[in-house]
Amino acid sequence: MTMLYDATRFAVPDRLETGWKPRLLRWETLLLAVAAAIFTFNALSSPYFLDPWSLSDATFNFTEKATIALAMALLIIAAEIDLSVASIIALCSVAMGAAAEAGAGTGVLVLIGLGVGALAGAFNGALVTGFGLPSIVVTIGTLSLFRGLAYVVLGDGVYKNYPDSFAFFGQGYVWWVLSFEFVLFLALAVVFGVVLHKTSFGRWIYAIGNNPTAARFSGIRVERVKFLLFVLSGLMAGLASVMLTSRVGSTRPSIAFGWELEIVTMVVLGGVSILGGSGSIPGVVIAAFVMGLVTFGLGLLNVPGIVMSIVIGVMLISVIALPILWRRLQGN
Amino acid sequence: MKLLKTLAASTALAIGLGAAAAQAETVRIGLVVKALGIGFFEAANQGAQDAAKELGDVEVIYTGPTSTTAEGQIEVINSLIAQRVDAIAISANDTDALVPALKRAMDRGITVISWDSGVAPEGRSVHLNPSSNALIGNMCVKMAADVLPDGKGDVAILSATPTATNQNIWIEEMKKVLPNYPGVNLVTTVYGDDLADKSYRETLGLLKSHPEVKAIIAPTSVGIVAAAQAVADEGKIGEVMVTGLGLPSEMAGHVQSGASKSFAIWNPIDLGYSATMIAYNLATGKATAEPGGTIPMGRMGDLTLDENLDGAMADPFVYDASNVEEFAKIF
Repeated sequence: MTMLYDATRFAVPDRLETGWKPRLLRWETLLLAVAAAIFTFNALSSPYFLDPWSLSDATFNFTEKATIALAMALLIIAAEIDLSVASIIALCSVAMGAAAEAGAGTGVLVLIGLGVGALAGAFNGALVTGFGLPSIVVTIGTLSLFRGLAYVVLGDGVYKNYPDSFAFFGQGYVWWVLSFEFVLFLALAVVFGVVLHKTSFGRWIYAIGNNPTAARFSGIRVERVKFLLFVLSGLMAGLASVMLTSRVGSTRPSIAFGWELEIVTMVVLGGVSILGGSGSIPGVVIAAFVMGLVTFGLGLLNVPGIVMSIVIGVMLISVIALPILWRRLQGN
Repeated sequence: MKLLKTLAASTALAIGLGAAAAQAETVRIGLVVKALGIGFFEAANQGAQDAAKELGDVEVIYTGPTSTTAEGQIEVINSLIAQRVDAIAISANDTDALVPALKRAMDRGITVISWDSGVAPEGRSVHLNPSSNALIGNMCVKMAADVLPDGKGDVAILSATPTATNQNIWIEEMKKVLPNYPGVNLVTTVYGDDLADKSYRETLGLLKSHPEVKAIIAPTSVGIVAAAQAVADEGKIGEVMVTGLGLPSEMAGHVQSGASKSFAIWNPIDLGYSATMIAYNLATGKATAEPGGTIPMGRMGDLTLDENLDGAMADPFVYDASNVEEFAKIF
């Protein structure tokens, strides 16, 4: 084999094309198998699992996080990260709460939620691309900053004067057991999948994540793409804030506390390389379902939450360790 | 052959009926706490299990999130709704955020009550307070009167901040019951701002400026420890008694040293027991939640509801040398 291909050693091997595609296909298949196994286990172990309303209720536990995970996946593929998303949720929620207090209608509230989210994302993006700061540092900073602002405004108070029609986004159903949240998430997953896998914008994201210098030399406006991705991440956090605020019907500054790590977990479990450059939207979507099924299934058995954390932790470590072990075995 | 068939059929029917009856008889109550792994709530669960044993046909599902978040509790509520429990008794992490999820539980026929930390009235039927402001105020003065020689002498109050809502209400209630304790003479109130060092210094100042004070009432868990420490450091153990509201784990040492003879706080075991009793009686239709009504709580007596369907369980539970060590392990 090597003798035959010896002449091609001067060519640049296109690892992007030959390397990641089959591996990811394998990864998604594996995840899907895991999801199916968990589904079967849940159905066998609890008589309450296979109920349309139970399953519908279960989707609420992860839909908002999964919506942000779509945008987070793009950022991580581009070798950046946004750890401030949960704090952006809080900031948007406080902004909407204050507006509702002042008598704003449902439409205005949604615009405010999305707008504040996009602005917060733009702030992150400007700091990262404008000053060339590492995104992990910037967004750890804004994680405290945005949450801090929410606390300054609201303190130990609460906003709960939301108009009745606002409840639709987090509590409404489009058809039978299909909630608005869930349908919106599925639609967004398709949009994100098409953008990442079928457009040149999507190719740029992979190129930037693999080698930003090479991407720049090939004419991609790296800073601009990254900035847009941060705005997108903020916008999705704003959208999640609209849905979560609507679902709980009130705002406190502690809302969505600690979600950023669960969202990153979802993305990494979905097979997105934490170093950037590879990953897929189907993987992230399946990972969201896996996490939702594990949490809900164990919840139905009344397994204490700490055991669920251990299960998720073990899954995450396996995800990172398995491909590395696989490669080592192949190397040998 | 025919006989066999009949036998088989009737056996199957009997088993089926038996299973159905057992299923229908067991009342399942989800006891949802702020977070798992907290001694106070573990003790409440112990009380709930006691109640389940006493009632016989009750299964208590003790559950809660890993951290004290409203979102975590909503996930737990969703899972309890899916399991079609008969009742949910919750100590809430957020008064308002749980309302939509609990409303949905009630829509699906589940009895919802809150205990310890309440849910807004639209999200539950009954709220069980461990005690009431009037009972707390009375108990504070009573404990002071009990340690004064012949029930006569000067007392002072060490409070939190001058604007602390709870403490101000309790002090108000104490003043209301003073006429019932003619020997007790309230001389002053000082404020330690719920800071250990300030409470300590205020107590030192109090001991100097009012040497005739024989008892200090501190209706704050920070203040009571600081006051007991100050009394011990000044060598006034036996002369000045500290009482009020405190946590057994923090006060055990001071009860041993004699700086405090007794203090009060809720008993989590009784609280979990009562919450289970109330949830059971409401879920089985043995009691109804209506303003001014009462709900039986087994060995804890009856709960009387006010116009918001709130009720107070009992007097604060008094801790002294006989039981403080046991509860110090819990909270």
